[in-house]
Amino acid sequence: MGLMARVSTIFKSKVNNVLDRAEDPRETLEYSYQKQVEQLQNIRRGIAEVVTSKKRLELQMARLQQSVAQQEDNARDAVRANRDDLAQEALTRKQALESQIAALQTQIDDLAREEARLTDLQQKLQTKVEAFRTQKEVIKAQYSAAQAQVKIGEAFTGLGEDMADVNMALQRAQDKTESLKARAAAIDSLAENPAFQLDSALPSSGDSIRDELNKLKASSSVSEELAKLKAEMGQGQGENS
Amino acid sequence: MIVRILSEGQYRVDGDTLEEIKRLDDELMEALTLDDADRFHRLLNQVAELVRSGQALHAEHLTESDLILPAPDTTLEEAKRLFNDPA
Repeated sequence: MGLMARVSTIFKSKVNNVLDRAEDPRETLEYSYQKQVEQLQNIRRGIAEVVTSKKRLELQMARLQQSVAQQEDNARDAVRANRDDLAQEALTRKQALESQIAALQTQIDDLAREEARLTDLQQKLQTKVEAFRTQKEVIKAQYSAAQAQVKIGEAFTGLGEDMADVNMALQRAQDKTESLKARAAAIDSLAENPAFQLDSALPSSGDSIRDELNKLKASSSVSEELAKLKAEMGQGQGENS
Repeated sequence: MIVRILSEGQYRVDGDTLEEIKRLDDELMEALTLDDADRFHRLLNQVAELVRSGQALHAEHLTESDLILPAPDTTLEEAKRLFNDPA
């Protein structure tokens, strides 16, 4: 059996959990319609949560960018004071912050995709719930138990699938925002105290030779940046004099 | 046949495309069993592309699907969790 057939089987059992069937098909229709309306509310809440998380990350991003500017000022001041050691330190911190900014950007993009996905699902579900509502009224109007059972069956499972689908998408979005919360806290402490987590800017690769090489690479990129900064400032001083 | 791509929508797919999808689908299951993440992602996207080449169903259609494909950005870990989830 292929993957899709298996997923279908698992999914169908979720569908049965999403919508309750009642003895009287007309009650089934009303119950499930209520559930659909509830789910539309859930999805709106889900979107709001993703948007809030995204905004929080964007705020963090802004703070980290301020810290980068701060470290760059520090480096310039240090060069002016002929303190290469301090300048190196400031530039190392700046580079650590920059790598966090890059990671943050990836997460913001990720959440933007979740937001788009949920919004799209919301619109589709809205259309489907509307279609269900219309069918529900038609079925109820020409109600005869046997007939209604058949008609309900199709609309019911079809829409149940959509609702189970939305449930899963909501769960995934929630898992993502949850895992970002812990990371967000770590980044906050980095913005407040860049020296605190310098090591974590270069996480261990599990290969000690690779780790050493990465450190070398980082320190040479700091030296390069320092040389560049000095050249820039040398130019600046030249213009002043 | 009606095929649903989770978090995307439903499509009607028939004929050779469906045959090709079923063939790749077996490979997809194999990739999952062998824990081959790269192959899993490649195949998942390939299958999704094939499904999308079918005829998209309008959102107001309330139809049951014959086959269901996980969202194309599903990770191997998420797919495994799905199979372990009894609910």
